[in-house]
Amino acid sequence: MSGRFRRLAETDRPPVSITVDGKEIEALQGDSLMVAMLASGSALRDSEFGDGRRAGFCLMGACQDCWVWTTDGDRLRACSTVVSQGLAISTHQPEASWPNLA
Amino acid sequence: MSSPVKSDVAIIGGGLMGSSAAFFLRRRGLSVTLLETDKIGRQASGTNFGNVRRQGRPIFQLPLANRAIAVWRQAHELLGSDVEYLQSGHMRVAFRDRPENIGKMEDYAKVAREEGLELELLTGNALRARFPWLGPDVAAGSLSAMDGHANPRLAAPAFARAAARLGAQVCEDTRIVSAGKVGSDFELMTEDGRAFRAGAVLVTAGAWAGKITAWFDEPVDLVARAPTMSVTEPVPYAIKPAIGVMTPEEVESVYFRQVARGNIVIGGSTRAQSYPDEYRAYVLPQNTMTQFEQIRRLAPALARLNVIRVWSGIEGYTPDELPVMGASPLVPGLFYAFGFSGGGFQLGPGVGETMAELIATGTTDIPLAPYLLSRFAAAGPRAASLHDGSRNPLGEVPLSLSKETRGG
Amino acid sequence: MAEPRVIVVGAGPAGVRAAQTLVKAGIRPFVVDEGRRAGGQIYRRQGEGFTRGYDELYGTEADRARDIHETFEALAPSIDYRPDTLVWNVAEGRAWLSSAGETEAVPYSALIVCSGATDRIVPVSGWNLAGTYSLGGAQVALKAQACAIGHEVVFLGTGPLLYLVAAQYAKAGARVAAVLDTSPFSARIAAFPQLAAQPDLLWTGLTLTLALKRAGIPVLSGVTPVAIEGDPETGVQAIRIRTAGGSERRFACDAVAMGWHLRPETQLADLARCTFAFDEGTRQWLPVTDADGRSTTPGVYLAGDGARVLGARCAEVTGELAARAALADLGHPGDADRRRTLLAAKADYATFARGLARAFPWPHALAAAVADETMVCRCEAVTAGVLRDSVSAKGAVEANRAKAFSRVGMGRCQGRYCGAAAAEIIAAARGEPVVQAGRLRSQAPVKPLPVGTARSGR
Repeated sequence: MSGRFRRLAETDRPPVSITVDGKEIEALQGDSLMVAMLASGSALRDSEFGDGRRAGFCLMGACQDCWVWTTDGDRLRACSTVVSQGLAISTHQPEASWPNLA
Repeated sequence: MSSPVKSDVAIIGGGLMGSSAAFFLRRRGLSVTLLETDKIGRQASGTNFGNVRRQGRPIFQLPLANRAIAVWRQAHELLGSDVEYLQSGHMRVAFRDRPENIGKMEDYAKVAREEGLELELLTGNALRARFPWLGPDVAAGSLSAMDGHANPRLAAPAFARAAARLGAQVCEDTRIVSAGKVGSDFELMTEDGRAFRAGAVLVTAGAWAGKITAWFDEPVDLVARAPTMSVTEPVPYAIKPAIGVMTPEEVESVYFRQVARGNIVIGGSTRAQSYPDEYRAYVLPQNTMTQFEQIRRLAPALARLNVIRVWSGIEGYTPDELPVMGASPLVPGLFYAFGFSGGGFQLGPGVGETMAELIATGTTDIPLAPYLLSRFAAAGPRAASLHDGSRNPLGEVPLSLSKETRGG
Repeated sequence: MAEPRVIVVGAGPAGVRAAQTLVKAGIRPFVVDEGRRAGGQIYRRQGEGFTRGYDELYGTEADRARDIHETFEALAPSIDYRPDTLVWNVAEGRAWLSSAGETEAVPYSALIVCSGATDRIVPVSGWNLAGTYSLGGAQVALKAQACAIGHEVVFLGTGPLLYLVAAQYAKAGARVAAVLDTSPFSARIAAFPQLAAQPDLLWTGLTLTLALKRAGIPVLSGVTPVAIEGDPETGVQAIRIRTAGGSERRFACDAVAMGWHLRPETQLADLARCTFAFDEGTRQWLPVTDADGRSTTPGVYLAGDGARVLGARCAEVTGELAARAALADLGHPGDADRRRTLLAAKADYATFARGLARAFPWPHALAAAVADETMVCRCEAVTAGVLRDSVSAKGAVEANRAKAFSRVGMGRCQGRYCGAAAAEIIAAARGEPVVQAGRLRSQAPVKPLPVGTARSGR
């Protein structure tokens, strides 16, 4: 699927691959995790309160809308995390068994 | 000056005790004025952990706790407002390095059963199977399935609104600065010169109650403290019961609960001083850190989550950290209900109902002897100290049990 | 005697100038920066491996950006720099730093808070849809990551940033579907004399508008937003507005950037127990400072947009002023001439800022009238109706009570993005001036803090 964000320049950077919802996507070195995810996807996470998908808001670490789950159950703020090879992210809320992941 | 506002009962202090008393007094047909210095339920009543637990209380409190839980169960319809009461259980846990607590849990469960509180003891695989996310240090749990938790921010205001709908006068931003008798009536004066008269006065002023009892020559030393509270971001609802650690060490005594929306409320461990005269209570950052360390021991998975807010409020503790409730032995028509900090939230509606009964009828089935203010006077005025753990003013009452699970 | 420790929070224009001033006076400050590299949001740097030049990134402000960056780099040996570090609380004369899962309490003699600002928001129906971003966020996407927030972007709000970011997008090759300003054009005419206090900034603003119009982009003034439309699963599809003339228009888009000027980040000042006062001109509660930036809490100084939004250029001035005030209070000799020059410059910028507030007013009536179904608090998904109910049915008389009853402002962002509008809604529901709604008390942590945070071994 096409991404929400549109890259306008600086596309010559080396590629980095990460996994989002089980699918491998290609990002670029120096991307924020948020840009990496939204350059090929349309959302970062579910709203906890059932009003739909969320894709961040402020991009400067203030609104806290872009916290995502890694498949290991860790929390990352996508706008202030630099993407790194091999990250595995889920854009959906974890199962209610999340406390057992520790 | 305008003529005094008159009512059958004036209540000084609009926390949960005062608000629920106002509600139940109106249901008994007495006219009520509820006087609150600030806003209803903003301090200990609104900032506590929200535990609606009976287990872990001194056995003498269970009749009152049982009365309270009956109200909690029908709070929504009684008050016409949701206070987010969730009867999802409460579990006390014991760590491996305190094996003596497992025996104490068993002993407590036996006595509690006689008071109508059923507890289930879980150890080993049974405990792990039910609660796999408990830390490896946890050796045993005592589960009270019929306890739960509710939202302290909503409870006292909901009682006060319901009381107002029944005709109570609720006066916020009303600071009482003096009180005395005029004939058989009490007259209360506010900071801004208003007067209130009533045939009976109920003091439910929490950390400020000592000032008021002193006006009637019944001084009590209250220690004002500030609990350390935190809440995480919302995560899928996974943890049903409220969980607390059974320990004699304050620093270990953390507890947490998950609300249905998903946030996890964390309380306990180290407390700070609070400042009733300035109306201020602060969370000390080092206390937040200590709380994090302790909660990770209890439930390691919480380490992954973010705390998004911390808060505190003004609590008032009596010298033995147990509440005062009943009629003044010296002044006819004067009643007390304060000093519930550390375990009052659950009791609140029961206290209100009991005090309303006592004021309206002169009697109650709830045994009040262990709650009397005079227990401090017996040891000499101001002799009691919060930090003197050697005294047990209640004789056979198992005081130590009151401290094993703190929090609301 | 040990050298007094001075902590500068933030490394935008105010923080950099404060640090520079301290170093010149022989002090080695701690500079704590949430960013990975200095520059703040306005002079934010692009990621590693990016190659665009200063002119492309910062336009008319390229020289200033370069100077801030180079100044900071030159300071490196003379300061203790903590990038990627949040000050999450302040208590008992210590700043609590958090970085990479560890926290450390650093005592200070002086704390200079240069915490910057974030966008001020009017909730619009559908602003919770994926694809809605703050104006500042839209700019960060472009500046730091060479991305547009969408393939067809609408800019909504008011203020100079609205035109600046839209023009930057257009110049960078993004498709700008419309620029929708809630302020009437007449307000800009009325504010002209005050805006003339900074003629080059005024000129820049006019040039930007002209460039947008020349590019064929619809630029509308005096609009009323009606709704951002879309699908909860796939996000924004269009925006509907009412024009100044009263007709309704719809612009298809997959992204909306929205912002109505800025609001200062005052959480640390609040946690440091500084006194706040209501500012009628901006309808905001601001920490009280003297002209030099001393707060009401001894040892705590406030500078830059985090104290009062006066713009990036003025932040350089107030950063230096605050550092000089701290130095003076620590017993260093002052420079009366320099201080006079700085204060005069600050006064000019303040005049200009008043002009901007007049030219691009906060549409408080619009905020107060947000429909009941519209979400006010995105974090907790609380609607205006629920907020109003906390006032009308539950008796909340001010913002903190309304928060307690409705959860507005209780979420992850702690009211940063809903607080301004929520105050207007509460005040309107009570039929009182907005000052009566008060302000949300800040609660630590300033930003989310992992429960796994450990005490640092430092």
